[in-house]
Amino acid sequence: MDEILQVKGITKRFDDIVVFENLNLTVKKGEVVVIVGPSGCGKSTFLRCLNALEDIQEGEITLDGESINRNKKDISRIREKIGMVFQSYDLFPHLTILQNITLAPVKVKKRPKAEAEKEALELLERVGLLSKKDNYPRQLSGGQKQRVAIVRALIMHPEILLFDEVTAALDPEMVKEVLDVVLSLAKEGRTMIIVTHEMQFARAAADRMIFIDGGRIVEEGKPKDFFENPKTERLQKFLQTFTYDDEK
Amino acid sequence: MDFAVIQEYMPLYIEAFILTVKIGWIGIALSLVIGVAAAFVMHFKVPVLSRIAKIYVELFRNTPLLVQLFFIYFALPKIGIQMSAETCGALGLGLLGGSYMAEGFRSGMEAIPASQSESALALGMVKRQMFTSVIFPEALSLSVPAIVANVIFLLKETSVFSAISLMDLMFTAKDLIGLYYNTTEALFMLVMFYIVMLLPVSLIGSYLEKKARLATFGE
Ligand SMILES: Nc1ncnc2c1ncn2[C@@H]1O[C@H](COP(=O)(O)OP(=O)(O)OP(=O)(O)O)[C@@H](O)[C@H]1O
Ligand SMILES: [Mg+2]
Repeated sequence: MDEILQVKGITKRFDDIVVFENLNLTVKKGEVVVIVGPSGCGKSTFLRCLNALEDIQEGEITLDGESINRNKKDISRIREKIGMVFQSYDLFPHLTILQNITLAPVKVKKRPKAEAEKEALELLERVGLLSKKDNYPRQLSGGQKQRVAIVRALIMHPEILLFDEVTAALDPEMVKEVLDVVLSLAKEGRTMIIVTHEMQFARAAADRMIFIDGGRIVEEGKPKDFFENPKTERLQKFLQTFTYDDEK
Repeated sequence: MDFAVIQEYMPLYIEAFILTVKIGWIGIALSLVIGVAAAFVMHFKVPVLSRIAKIYVELFRNTPLLVQLFFIYFALPKIGIQMSAETCGALGLGLLGGSYMAEGFRSGMEAIPASQSESALALGMVKRQMFTSVIFPEALSLSVPAIVANVIFLLKETSVFSAISLMDLMFTAKDLIGLYYNTTEALFMLVMFYIVMLLPVSLIGSYLEKKARLATFGE
């Protein structure tokens, strides 16, 4: 069984606003799924449902066969297996970079502090931020904070990583340093679901592309077909908004 | 100014200073405990308790300490609750301070974006860990300026203790003036002792505020 995440017919409503309806998705171990779609189509909400930060009205989500439900008593134990990185980094401002990273492994996983610190330093080195270990978040640039947020998720050894527009809040010159890290994670066979507006990056990282619009999956496929031969008119239109034609 | 008089009064003032500082800080410690508890139940909207906390805060923030002390010291014994003047002073200060501290902590907690709790939950923390490791320390850093201001305010409020015949600094000064008419010396010493009590708090407070700023969001 190498299907790790299963989303079966889920529906999400805020009061009477339907965000998506009867959505299905299966993610295999080691697969990198990239989701794109117009603003407000429910991409963030979808990721938030996957680790039960939002409840769902219908359907079921399972990780390793275990049902993910907001009201479950042991939901925090399932969340440990799901790493999530948000658009706004959300580092803990009162902790140093090193403490930000070791907090969850020590408090949640009860790992010895020295061991967690050792791994944290290795991961910081990998993203080029070892020298910042004793700084506070507000002393870092947005791109640096986002790389720390990625490390903070990685140290929990999650089975699946969710990235929600991790570069949307960054200045353009910092986008690449973050996407390089995400891309290297994608290439080492981690299971990931990435929401992004960076199409070149999407194409480089994805095993499978998904286009969501109007509350459902409109088109999905291998990156090459998806970008070069979009089948639906809606995807064609959507992709056009990312190309610049100097004839006009 | 007669330094012989100052020297003579010194032991009395030192004794009064120790009493004032002691009751002042016991009251402040109490106010911190009450403040955190009240802010917690108000922020998390704990049923019944949050109502009680709100009424308490409004009641004590909108009445003078002097009136509260009179009530505790003179009225409560009538219904059989009798406490020493020292206990009354500390309790009064603690209750007054608690109402101010509660508001300070609560606005600190409210200033924390929801995404902080969410990233704590996303890391697998349970609610209790989220509160003790993330929300509470962040609220504390955000409330440092309010706490420092409240501590200074409360230490100054100790000057009304004399009204329930506690032999604090104010009482000692008034007493000596009434007895010997050395007004200049007595008042000079009163001012000096209050400065000695408050200046270190101010300095440490500024230092703490600077440190805490580093630990808040800011851009
Ligand atoms: N807490 C909420 N209450 C009510 N409506 C909400 C809530 N959160 C999101 N929505 C609505 O749900 C829809 C989907 O929002 P979502 O943030 O998931 O979109 P998105 O695809 O991530 O957009 P973007 O690309 O701008 O990030 C939007 O119409 C939004 O207004
Ligand atoms: Mg979004």
